[in-house]
Parts: sequence; C-alpha cells; structure tokens
Amino acid sequence: MMRIVVDLNRCVGYAQCVFLSPDTFTLNGEEALMYEPNPDEAKRLRVLRAAAACPVQAISIDRLESAQAAGGGAKRERNSGEVAAASESVVRDLLRSPDGGATS
Amino acid sequence: MKPEVIGEVLSEFKRSGRIVIVGASLAGLRGAEALRNEGFNGSLTIIGDEPHEPYDRPPLSKQVLKGWVRADHTKLPRLRALDADWRLGPAAIALDRSSRRVLLANSDEVPYDRLLIATGTRARPWPNPEEAALKGVFTLRTSEDAAAVQAALSAQPKRVLIIGAGFIGSEAASVCSELGIPVTVAERGQAPLVGALGGVIGAIAADMQHEHGVDLRTGVSVAALEGDKDGHVRRARLSDGSTVDADLVIASLGSIRNTEWLEGSRLATGIWGVACDAGCRAFDINGVVTDNIFVAGDVARFPHALYGYQFVTLEHWDNAVLGAAVAGHNMVSLEPDRWAHLPLPRFWSGQFGVNIKSVGICPYADEIVFTQGSVKQRRFVAAYGRGGRIVAAVTFNNGKWLQHYGELIERSAPFPPVAAAWDPPDHAKPMPAAFPDSRAPTSIPDVILTGHDPTERGAEYRARSAKPPKHEEAVAEPAESQSAQRSVVRVKK
Repeated sequence: MMRIVVDLNRCVGYAQCVFLSPDTFTLNGEEALMYEPNPDEAKRLRVLRAAAACPVQAISIDRLESAQAAGGGAKRERNSGEVAAASESVVRDLLRSPDGGATS
Repeated sequence: MKPEVIGEVLSEFKRSGRIVIVGASLAGLRGAEALRNEGFNGSLTIIGDEPHEPYDRPPLSKQVLKGWVRADHTKLPRLRALDADWRLGPAAIALDRSSRRVLLANSDEVPYDRLLIATGTRARPWPNPEEAALKGVFTLRTSEDAAAVQAALSAQPKRVLIIGAGFIGSEAASVCSELGIPVTVAERGQAPLVGALGGVIGAIAADMQHEHGVDLRTGVSVAALEGDKDGHVRRARLSDGSTVDADLVIASLGSIRNTEWLEGSRLATGIWGVACDAGCRAFDINGVVTDNIFVAGDVARFPHALYGYQFVTLEHWDNAVLGAAVAGHNMVSLEPDRWAHLPLPRFWSGQFGVNIKSVGICPYADEIVFTQGSVKQRRFVAAYGRGGRIVAAVTFNNGKWLQHYGELIERSAPFPPVAAAWDPPDHAKPMPAAFPDSRAPTSIPDVILTGHDPTERGAEYRARSAKPPKHEEAVAEPAESQSAQRSVVRVKK
C-alpha cells in the first residue's frame, strides 16, 4: 500500500492528478480535491505521474520501501529519484503524443 | 564558555543525546523527521496515546465519512527513515523536569535530554456523561471516531443531529446531505463558521446549508439528549423548546488541548495550550523560557509578529508541519542559527461542493470587503482588515487568488486592497466582519500571582474545582470555540 498526502493549502484545483490518476484523485465540486491517502500498490505508477505533474507540487509520497508500523528495524529509503523518473515519463509521453509537439 | 566548547557540547548531543517526542501525530512525525534531517543521530523516542502510527486527520470528516476511503487508510507518508523507538498506546501522564523524565500510563519512565511536546488536542465530549454514553452519540477526531460514525451513517439513520456548526460539524453535515441522509444542525451562534470567518461569511455558509437541504437551527443550544430503553439516542431537546428526533448525534463542539499531563511540571500550560516563544521553546509558569523543552502543533501557543505579537494557537495542518520543522531545527542548533516559526496561517475546508480556503487570522479583523468574484455563484474572494491594513482573506472556490492576498498580508498592505481589475464583485464596500464578541468570558482564569520578594515571586495555578459551574455544563460552547481542528484562534481585541 502506498501512502500519500496532499498539501491542500497548496492545491488550487488544477486537477492534473485527476486526469492522470482518476481512481485515486477526484474533485468534489469545482475545486475541492478528495483523494485516497493509501492507494493500492498497483496504482503506484499512475500516482507517481500525478505527483510529478502537479503544477504546485502539493503531493508527497512515502519515501520508505516498507513503512510498516512503528517499532520495526531499519527501513530502506525508496529511491528518491522515483518521482523524477515518473516526471520524465510524463514528458516522454507528451512528446510522443500526436498533438504534443514532437521534436524529432 | 568559549564558543568552541559550546559547539562541542552540541556536536556531542547530536551524536549521543536523547530526544523524546510526546505526541505521535502529524507534528510529532514531522518533528522527528526534521531532527534526523538536521543530523541528530542520538536516540529518538516517540510517545503516542493512540495505538496507530501517525495518520492524517483532515480526510476523516470528508472522504472517510462519505465511505469512499477506509478510516484506517489515512496513514501519513514517511518522508525519511527515522530509526526511532515508538511507544504507542500508553499515554504520557506526567513530566518531571528536575529528573528529565516522562512518565507513561504503564508506569514506564522515559528519560530525555531534550523534549518536544506535540500532544495536540482531542474532541470536546458532549458535556453530560450519561447522555454522551448513549449509543449513537459520537465525536469526530480520531480514526476510530470516523470509522464508527461512517458505520452509523451507512446503517441508514432516520435523521442525524449535528451539534455545533464549526468546520467539522459543517463538513459532516455536507457528507450527510451528499449521502441523502436527513440532517439537522444546531448551532449556538448566529451562523455556521461564525467564529472562524465572521457573520458576513457565516451568512453565506448558512445559505449553502439551506440550499443543500440541511435543517439549520442557529441561536439555539441543545439542552438534553434522550435515549430509548435500549440506551440508544432518539431525541434532542433544544433551548428554544423544540425537539429533534434523531438516531445519530455528532457532537462537534471544538477541541480541548491535551495539557493535563503537564500539570505539576511548572510549565506555562493550561486550557490555552503550552506557551512558547516563536522559536518553539516552552515557557515555564513564570514566563521564563526553558532551554530543553520545545512545543509544536495544535497545542503550541506562540507570539506572532504579524498580529501584534499576540500569543496564538493555530489548529491548522500547516502549522503542525511548519512548527515541527522549526522545533526540530532549533532543538539541535545553537542560538545564532535558530529559526523563527512565523507562519502565514492557512487552512482549507471542503463542504457542499465548495472549497473554502483562508490565509491570515480572520478573527483578528473587524472589517471585511468582497474583492473578486460572485457570492451568488459561490466563487469569490473576501479580504479582512483591521486598522487600515489587510490581515486575512478567504476564498470560496477561488483558491488560485489566495497566494496574492497572502503576499499582501505579509507586507501589511492597506485595507481595503486596491480593487482587482479582474472579475470585480457586485458589492465592493467594506463592512463590519461581524465576529462574535471575544471579550465574553468563557472560563475561569486559572493562574494567580504569589509572593512579594523577587526570590519568591511567581505564578501559581489556582486549584481546579472538581466540577465546573452548572451553567457551563449543560450548554454547548459558542461557535467561536466550536470550529474544531483547524480554526480555533483566540484573539484578544
């Protein structure tokens, strides 16, 4: 299970996350974001892309491999480049898409 | 002492010192992460009275209540590894500052060199214990509360009664209306959200409730809750003589700060929280700053430069995150390197399909002016002013403009602000913001001064009466202290 938190002070409802990961993020009305704070691992890539695409960078994601309960021993920190990688993949997809202004 | 000696003491502390954090919610977790980020490698103990690892509370009154997200699915992401000793379950019940120990409910004693207090608040219970124990009567603060209320809502109650129309009460009413469950809201003040946002905005919040079919009763308190022979709540009697038949009651009466465990510690604690300087260092009972005890989150009461250096508590998500970062930094820094916790207060609330956001301290103001958008469309900005300067702003579905107003507040810009060239409102004249009178006494002062000789002069806590006076027992708190979780800002005018 992933863990995310959205800083809703920062969020102003650009809703990029809603387009990229609609089963985790949704708008209640025009601007109020609602989301699933602990989405399934299966949704990880989409959630990472949503985090990467957020124009105000309001989405924080767990940096631990196994963030199980308290008290456990040392936990490995997840590669912090993960969001950056997802960000690159968003850009790649944009470049590939027919109306995305391919450069090659 | 030579500077290098002091520096060596700090380095040694960062290598092998002992830090204890009391409170394992948002502020406690982010404080622990800040300490490790700052290079603290000593032992770190985190004490929490809930048996869960840190979880996020704002979703509980929204997506969890609605049944979309499970109550145990709001665990907070960890932003780094902590290598901490978590003591979850037994609450801290006392602090011994002379031997530097925290005493736990299971009789364990946890020694510390430096302490971070982040014990937050809890929901104010319905004041009559027998009525509060009726089946179907709930508060809404913890994940257990949210799970219980959500289960009760999904069992198709005939009518929900919400006592108190602060943010939690209003958000819960919004969920009931979205779920198609009949709901009555009883509010002692003149409008919902009136304590946090004033009467002008409160009137709009009231309209929103009416439009969504909420049976809103203002200017009334709930005199009694009545149960059936099985001990399940069935009816409420209101102060105006009317009754409401309800089989589910949510008491959203604001919060109580968790400071009882500090009684006897001779820190400056009480119903107002734990007083500290803007660097998060706790004051002792005499107002002398301590060196080794820090405070963060909902329970911290600190002086804010932007608001006349008045001491404020901010029960805001943001304040917990930012305060914990400053406290963590200052706990392992020398004096010239210390930071100030001077947040621009911010909060949000989602209700009735509208995103309400605010910057600054609204109740500090006496005037309000609509600056952009349309009240009718529930899409507008309003600025709050005091003494000719802008001190706060609120947006309804117009959050993109809030940063601009935040910058005006930080620069202490004139009020009313220069008219916006874009999307001007129909009505743009300043008017009274209509906050309830905060000078009305709400409780008995509990500190007195003793002694005449400078060596004896000091403050003492007045002995608490075992039972509060009768008139305080039966009635709900007024809205100004009802807006739970994110909005309680007591400002002396």
